[in-house]
Amino acid sequence: MFYRIKESLLKAVATPYNPALHRFAVFTAAVTFLLIIAGALVTSNDAGLSVPDWPTSFGSLYKIPHLVGGVKFEHTHRMIAEFVGFLTIILTIWTWRAEPRRWMKYLGVAAVGLVIAQGILGGLTVLFYLPPAISSFHAALAQTFFCTTIAIVLFTGRRWVEEVPRIELDVRRPSLITLTLLAIFVLYVQLILGAMFRHKGMSWWPHVVNAPIIAIVLTWTAIRALSQYSKIEAVRRPAIAMLSLLIAQLCLGFVAFETRVVWGHDAAQPELPMVISTVAHVAVGALLLATAVILAIQVWRHVPIVFEERVPTGERKPVAA
Amino acid sequence: MQGDISKGFQDFSRKGDIMKRKTRLALFGLLCLLGLWLLVGCGKKESTSEQPTSAPTSAQPGAPATPIDPNTVASVSGAVKFEGTAPKPAKIDMSQDPACKGTNTAETLVADNGNLANVFVYVKDGLGNRAFDVPKDSVTLDQSGCRYHPHVLGVIAGQNIEIKNDDPTTHNIHPTPKDNREWNESQPPKAAPLEKSFAREEIMLPVKCNQHPWMKMYINVLKNPLYAVTGTDGKYTIKGLPPGDYTLAFVHEKLGEQDQKVTLAAKDSKTVDASFKQ
Repeated sequence: MFYRIKESLLKAVATPYNPALHRFAVFTAAVTFLLIIAGALVTSNDAGLSVPDWPTSFGSLYKIPHLVGGVKFEHTHRMIAEFVGFLTIILTIWTWRAEPRRWMKYLGVAAVGLVIAQGILGGLTVLFYLPPAISSFHAALAQTFFCTTIAIVLFTGRRWVEEVPRIELDVRRPSLITLTLLAIFVLYVQLILGAMFRHKGMSWWPHVVNAPIIAIVLTWTAIRALSQYSKIEAVRRPAIAMLSLLIAQLCLGFVAFETRVVWGHDAAQPELPMVISTVAHVAVGALLLATAVILAIQVWRHVPIVFEERVPTGERKPVAA
Repeated sequence: MQGDISKGFQDFSRKGDIMKRKTRLALFGLLCLLGLWLLVGCGKKESTSEQPTSAPTSAQPGAPATPIDPNTVASVSGAVKFEGTAPKPAKIDMSQDPACKGTNTAETLVADNGNLANVFVYVKDGLGNRAFDVPKDSVTLDQSGCRYHPHVLGVIAGQNIEIKNDDPTTHNIHPTPKDNREWNESQPPKAAPLEKSFAREEIMLPVKCNQHPWMKMYINVLKNPLYAVTGTDGKYTIKGLPPGDYTLAFVHEKLGEQDQKVTLAAKDSKTVDASFKQ
């Protein structure tokens, strides 16, 4: 009985695959990733206030200023951000009109709400001269928005829409879903600590001290997923990706620490090795968080703790055999 | 069938409990995140440069100028040295703006033959409640060759600072004070000079250009004109001091602060030297 409910729930039979919408979602997520890199370049080059006004740039809403010095980074970031805002609005409208799943419509609305909030936060960082709390909030919300676009990509994908998920019950404790949620939590904490350090709101050591905790939690999660559910491709692939990205991120973190804290603390200007390593650290951090989110979603779908816990509100009617 | 329905309702009830527990867990997680956010949000900005923490003695604001007998004023002068071998100034890469031509080196520590430049020397203590007029003349801060001239500037609170841009590129002038109001304005080439002033005393107030991140300078705001900045020869002179006991402070942007006591009699001319090391 319950398996029938579950199957109908997860297969989402009424949802046809919409390749155009999916490709557009992929494009939006890719441009959002570029936006995160552009934002990281602004911070690493200390160019956040090179355009002193907002929402205008040097008094104009549309005129492109001479893109030299810090303006090159700041204004490019603003232009990509405007483009992402535009793409998100289209994605939301398209999702609202084309998607039969109600929760997908709401996810689209949430995405546009996030991008608007993110734009306002970006403006506040300029108007209030980069206060650490607001700048860090801006950095954290950027990755939250990126994860949202990645989730939309996942939910509009052919596999999600058309496949009948392979289910394996999770009997071990802590459950895999708990571990994936814990991984997202510690990554988010790390994101905030790193952003606060980058925006001169706190010292570097909380971010560095938290890194081994991240390594332990993420390795534990990935090993559990790979050792028990490697036959489920939707779980195996993000688990492998998460482990690989974790290793890359730890290496990048070390290089970023050396170039910024050890060699670069007394530098007369932002130096190229510091800029490259810190921007790469931010970018891979965003990918790592997004991968953890994908893993959590796939575990939620494929590896339930006990089936009854996963029945949504609308499907709570007991079914007679 | 009846049994199935009954079992279904029992399951439904269990599901409700589990969902409630999950909701509580989710709320707890959110609260933890919020708490962390507030905790880091309340953290103070960390200063990464060595800077003086002691505030200078201020004259009473708004008080009429205390007359000083010009026939009794003394002066103090000296030289500031750097002990040891000074590090070679780092070269600045100005390639990101083609309008910034020429060579440029970091001015963080300028010590030619042991003579330490850009040390701000001022009377930290000993003036009591003496008040001084705010000069009507402006002091000039020039941006030329994508550098600030001078690198260290002294000004009286309320005195006008005329900020010029002699470069063929846009600069933004962005002071990041602790005790004064922060502002950030751009100045295109050939634009009219900006007229600015600072209301409160502040030593080594950093000013930077976010378009050219190597451009940094410091403004020192006092309530009296009794200050000097060492030149490339490391020398300074402060004139017009009334007789008395004073504490002189020598402040360098990287090497920190040193204080020295000096007693000046009428028409005295004393020498007070200082030396810094890394």
